[in-house]
Amino acid sequence: MSEIIGIWIAAGLTLCVFSFLYKDNLFYRFAEHLYVGTSVGYTIAQAWHQTVVKLVWYPIKQEGDYTVLIPAAIGLLMFSRFVPKYRWLIRWPLAFMIGVSAGASIPRSIQSFIFKQMEATIQPLNSINVFIIVLGLLCTLIYFYFSTEHKGAVGVASKVGIFFLMVSFGAAFGYTVMARISLLIGRVYFLFHDWLHIVK
Amino acid sequence: MKLRLPLILCFLCGIFMIVQFFVPPFTGVYDKLLNWVMIISIPALVIGLTSLIKLHSNRIIRKTPNMPYSTVAFVAMIVMALSGLIGGTGQGTWFEWMFKNIQVPMQATMFSLLAFYIASAAYRAFRARTLEATLMLVTAVLVMLARVPIGDFLWQHVMPDSVLQWKANLPEDVAGWILNVPSMAARRGIILGISLGAIATSIKIILGIERSYMGAGE
Amino acid sequence: MSFWEKIGSFDRRYIFALIALTVIVPLLIPIGMPITTTNEVKSVYDYIDALPPGSAILVALDYDPAALAELYPMSIAMLKHAYTKKIKVIGMTLWITGASLGDVVMREAAQGIAEQDKDYAYLGFVPSGAVAIMRMGQDISAVFNVDYSGKSISQIPVMKGIKNYKDISLVVDLAAGSTPEAWIAYAGTPHHVPIAIGVTAVSAVGYYPYLNAKQIIGLIGGMKGAAEYEKLIQARGRASVGMDSQSMTHIAIILLIIIANVSYFVIRRKNKKEIES
Repeated sequence: MSEIIGIWIAAGLTLCVFSFLYKDNLFYRFAEHLYVGTSVGYTIAQAWHQTVVKLVWYPIKQEGDYTVLIPAAIGLLMFSRFVPKYRWLIRWPLAFMIGVSAGASIPRSIQSFIFKQMEATIQPLNSINVFIIVLGLLCTLIYFYFSTEHKGAVGVASKVGIFFLMVSFGAAFGYTVMARISLLIGRVYFLFHDWLHIVK
Repeated sequence: MKLRLPLILCFLCGIFMIVQFFVPPFTGVYDKLLNWVMIISIPALVIGLTSLIKLHSNRIIRKTPNMPYSTVAFVAMIVMALSGLIGGTGQGTWFEWMFKNIQVPMQATMFSLLAFYIASAAYRAFRARTLEATLMLVTAVLVMLARVPIGDFLWQHVMPDSVLQWKANLPEDVAGWILNVPSMAARRGIILGISLGAIATSIKIILGIERSYMGAGE
Repeated sequence: MSFWEKIGSFDRRYIFALIALTVIVPLLIPIGMPITTTNEVKSVYDYIDALPPGSAILVALDYDPAALAELYPMSIAMLKHAYTKKIKVIGMTLWITGASLGDVVMREAAQGIAEQDKDYAYLGFVPSGAVAIMRMGQDISAVFNVDYSGKSISQIPVMKGIKNYKDISLVVDLAAGSTPEAWIAYAGTPHHVPIAIGVTAVSAVGYYPYLNAKQIIGLIGGMKGAAEYEKLIQARGRASVGMDSQSMTHIAIILLIIIANVSYFVIRRKNKKEIES
């Protein structure tokens, strides 16, 4: 029974949001604010259960590991932003997080995004596709090099780079249209299959 | 000191993480540091919500024209949070029921509105004004046609058998070639550029040259 | 206003109505166009299909309800494939908004074919994505000491013998954002664990360089990718049903773009003639 009521509520709210396509109205605004409220409440509840309970409470309760209180206290310093006199304390948790993230990312980015990508590009030029890939990569990189004026050979390469970028953006646009339409199909399928049982 | 000590901490954490990549034996400190960062980042999940709570509570207190809607948001927030905190978030709970029947449909529908807007935007703005725009348009149309079943369907129903024997799924093959060769080359260039920029920024952060994340003041 | 000027500027609600029709009609009157599978999706299917029973895969359900239409059918198809092959599935997420969704998806896919704790486990959400991925490289239980429901990892039979990426045969990241790059950089490349990704169509184009560099073994892109996977596992689902609507709507949008461009060129030529005269 609760499942049927749930589907009717879901369908009603779906139609409230779709009503915005005609014009802004009180049903849409009601649904929008309901969504904002439930999202905030959801995040609060999940943040408590999935992080505070698991990462702080359980180590203390199950393993007697009280050292987790130190990073917990450092993390709580983030709330100092609400007290103007002590706002500078937020720098401590940020320094930890950003220092670790920045340090971890440098060697791993070089390994994964630079070396591996270059390794895949530097291949024998024994097929037209490999030639096009190398040409496209070089011309794209030349286009993004703004320290020299795009004239002469650099200008030509830069122009070729733009063509490759336009092909890529065109493909991305095509895929973006596909993605957005898919989202709509998903909702319409819900209305016609899960709610009205018209579609098998 | 209020700025200098956190910068030194950032430097030490950053250098340690770089050194650890090449010199693994610091495993104990490495594991502890990663555990600490996971715990330290917890408040970041909820800190953004405070401005939203402040906005709606101000509207309710000041009795603005949007007060009824802000009341709905506030009540929904409290009900959802309390049902999760007290009743749990697992299978069969009120929290999960509200998530499945209120939050999921609304969030999915909000984003599905984009389908209409992208069609409208494509109609109003996508013009082949220049050679580059034409190239982008042609590629987009090819990918849109070929990456869904109708591309191959039309090809197989329009083309004679002799052509189909040579290439039964030419539209799909063309789209695949576009994505795997020229588009991929440009994307690789973008990945390299972004990665180099990110590495440079990370180095500047560790060395304390880039300090915008620390906020203004001493 | 001339005919072409009217064409170029009519109320966008007519376009909304046309899009709604091209989505609804094929759902009510299916055409049944065949779906061709691409190498990118087949690679993922073949890899999972070749895994022996008892292998373990880590599935990161890094998406929220906004990407439901594309990633939900993909998740269900892939999870069903893994469950029927008797592969141990360990689910988790780096997105807090996906925490409840991951639990729902894993349970729905398991109905009738797999049992929680015995065949699969859902560990829930962990903050600080990149750091968590790095930490799991040493010890998964240091990141997840309990599962989503609060049960201790040591009491979950499917987690026995799984300490870190060395015990994982494949990491599958089903993502609405940029988490695949983090999985590639912090798990795939340093720990040499194979990575497969399933992404929304919006971001799919950007992952082909990783596919070309063999940093990922396969790529499932958008609802079409999900439909291909459904075809490979021979189970028609939401994605396959939606393909007719997808096709007709694409045709409608292409026609709209062509009409708009014809109108633009006609008006431009007319204005040019007026200026010259």
